[in-house]
Amino acid sequence: MKRLLVGALGAALLATASVATIASAAPKSGGTINVVIQPEPPSLMLGITQNGPTQMVAGNIYESLLRYDTDLNPQPSLAKSWEVSDDGLTYTFKLQEGVTWHDGAPFTSADVVFTADTFLRETHPRFRVSLAHVESITAPDDHTVVFKLKNPFGPFLGIFEAGTMPMIPKHIYEGTDYANNPMNATPIGTGPFKFKEWEKGSYIHLVKNEDYYIEGQPYLDDIYWQVIPDAASRAVAFETGKVDVLPGGSVENFDIPRLTAMDGVCATDKGWEYFAPHAWLWLNNREGPTSEVKFRQAIMYAMDREFVRDVIWNGFGNVATGPVSSKTRFYSDDVTQYNYDPDKAKALLEEIGYDGTPVRILPLPYGETWQRWGEAVKQNLEEVGINTEIVATDVAGWNQKVSEWDYDLAFTYLYQYGDPALGVARTYISSNIAKGSPWNNVQGYANPKVDELFAEAAVLADEGQRQELYTQVQQKLVDDVPVAWTLELSFPTIYRCDVKDLVQTAIGVNDGFKDAWLDR
Amino acid sequence: MKIARYILSRFAKAIVVLLGIVVLNFCLIHAAPGDPAAVMAGEAGAADEIFLQQLREKFGLDQPFHVQLWNYVSGILQFDLGYSYRQEAPVLDLILDRLPATLLLTGSAFFISIGLGILAGAMAAVRVGSWADTAITTLALLFYATPLFWVALMGILLFSVQLGWLPAFGMETVGGGYTGFARWLDIAHHLILPALTLGLFFTAIYTRMARASMLETSGEDFVKTARAKGLTEGKITRRHVMRNAMLPVVTLAGLQAGQIVGGAVLTETVFAWPGIGRLMFDALLQRDYNLLLGVFLISSAMVLLFNLITDLIYLIVDPRIELAK
Repeated sequence: MKRLLVGALGAALLATASVATIASAAPKSGGTINVVIQPEPPSLMLGITQNGPTQMVAGNIYESLLRYDTDLNPQPSLAKSWEVSDDGLTYTFKLQEGVTWHDGAPFTSADVVFTADTFLRETHPRFRVSLAHVESITAPDDHTVVFKLKNPFGPFLGIFEAGTMPMIPKHIYEGTDYANNPMNATPIGTGPFKFKEWEKGSYIHLVKNEDYYIEGQPYLDDIYWQVIPDAASRAVAFETGKVDVLPGGSVENFDIPRLTAMDGVCATDKGWEYFAPHAWLWLNNREGPTSEVKFRQAIMYAMDREFVRDVIWNGFGNVATGPVSSKTRFYSDDVTQYNYDPDKAKALLEEIGYDGTPVRILPLPYGETWQRWGEAVKQNLEEVGINTEIVATDVAGWNQKVSEWDYDLAFTYLYQYGDPALGVARTYISSNIAKGSPWNNVQGYANPKVDELFAEAAVLADEGQRQELYTQVQQKLVDDVPVAWTLELSFPTIYRCDVKDLVQTAIGVNDGFKDAWLDR
Repeated sequence: MKIARYILSRFAKAIVVLLGIVVLNFCLIHAAPGDPAAVMAGEAGAADEIFLQQLREKFGLDQPFHVQLWNYVSGILQFDLGYSYRQEAPVLDLILDRLPATLLLTGSAFFISIGLGILAGAMAAVRVGSWADTAITTLALLFYATPLFWVALMGILLFSVQLGWLPAFGMETVGGGYTGFARWLDIAHHLILPALTLGLFFTAIYTRMARASMLETSGEDFVKTARAKGLTEGKITRRHVMRNAMLPVVTLAGLQAGQIVGGAVLTETVFAWPGIGRLMFDALLQRDYNLLLGVFLISSAMVLLFNLITDLIYLIVDPRIELAK
């Protein structure tokens, strides 16, 4: 136990040390980097496929108007500057000059308008939600784009990230059947690396974009994304030097201390601030014991979440205090705290006269770590007298059970996208109760006050006012326990220390290897 | 003539069996919880009703079950295995793309196991009770009983991590830029561990079977006669015992050969070998119905084909077996 913690701590220190050395060194050009990708993405066309592995590879090929530093402040990307009007209704972006697509065609404001107003409107469900606040998108000249909003939308400046709004070439896609466009197989973006080759089942090869608009960048010549389906084999691939980078989540947690203890290996838990993966147990609010607030509170007291963080997650991550991650904007810790307290849990159960009705626990079928976590929660709950059974499924079965509301407790984690209006409200507002999707309000929690607070906070321009409302909503939710929050997850990126400037933004390796270089 | 008629009738029966397999597989996979639209939406991390509906329409999942089944079967009858919407490619192309890697792996394992197995079995049989026999049967029992993935991981640990002799994963050195003969050498280097791992289990079975079968045969009267005629022991073993003892081995080889095209899920996964076994496993997890059914169909066709070939080889190996009138 102690050793595990020391390992994690050591890794964190190493990461800090490497950040310190970066600042003084001048980047070197050249070299090849090997990175693990798992599972193999179904496609690299980021405008059509929005899954994790697709973004991780295609984040090198496609870009958006902005990037975000690890404090979520917007930084220039394809937009070199931007202005927001005082009423929060008009966003004006000035684009970089001299940017070309990988096929040589110039990138202009017409591409931005096409991407946001036409292409992604059709293909991107998460983007559509934000688009509902937009009245018009126009291009007064080749290098200016203006977004006019119907109402102020607090998180608007946070949606210009590559996975949410990847720029799509108008000259290739306009008027075509997007999903069946043959160019999807050889994606064309503006990014620092170009698609070269995809040997299905083996690797994806990207090469340096020699015409990239930033002089001298990128530094690397080649990136190979290696498809290695078995977690233990991925660890071995890193150990034997065949890969240089293990993106977060590539190996099982119990392998992390061993790998980070190797010579010349660094780790960082930075690069997840935008996603802020937040884990909880869905609690079925409709029926069974979990429909009772005090039973749900008892679950919060019964779970030893620090044990899970320290042992199952090897010390990575934080105990979640409520619906908003501490990395997300408008987080508040001014809420009821549920510390591990089995006696309190027992008292609550006694108070409501829990009759021993068993509850079904549905772990997330994402490998060993989640399986162990399911067992830990089962043990915790049984210790306070709650009868449980674990239900085994695969991903498709898990999806179905959750989206058809066929569970009592179900593990999950979701991204927060920097702002409660983008990644938190969706789980709790009553208009999001609908069968068929495992990503909405599947616990069936309905509270008009909460609905009202979320709706109001989203369309305010003033940050202070937003904070006030979001603090209220967090307090309300934490008292009601619609779901049982567990951990703010952390997926450390493990890499060789001679890979420099790897994680630079709030989406880490998903933002591409634009700044990365090899000190070899 | 007779043999041609026999083959034709076997083929006709095989087609009926295949159709039965297609329908059964189709029903089974659709009975599994979840569907490809939900899996894909899930991976996107967000989904609304419109998005799921779009996907289901695209996959034809919004149609009644019997219509989906009919569409699929009529496609199969026209030699169309359908389209994998997840991988955005025709199923046949995806399978053909992975076939060479799988054939190389399972084929090598096949020949390694037959060759080594018969050799070891024969060596043990001719020296029954010797230390060689004991060693061979003990090893065979050990490999027969050891789970494949464990052998694979131990192989990686020893030969890749500790000794550094063999690559731990993949089919060739990524970015190695090898061409021609150097590339083949590189692939062979990568092939050793997975092929041996996969071959070991079958080697053990062949060894045990060849040994038992040879011991049984060498006690037969015709062998005594051959010995009485004054033939050398070598000749007796090769011409009389071996040939007659091979029938059960051929049966087993036929069974193994039928699985060659199906790939080897475990071995391909542990060694990141880009073969059909992994394609199938991923398709199963992602509920990529068409792709999964396509792999099933082709592997069952191969099993039927190799059963037929096995029966034909019987005719050659043992002239006493005749076709029914």
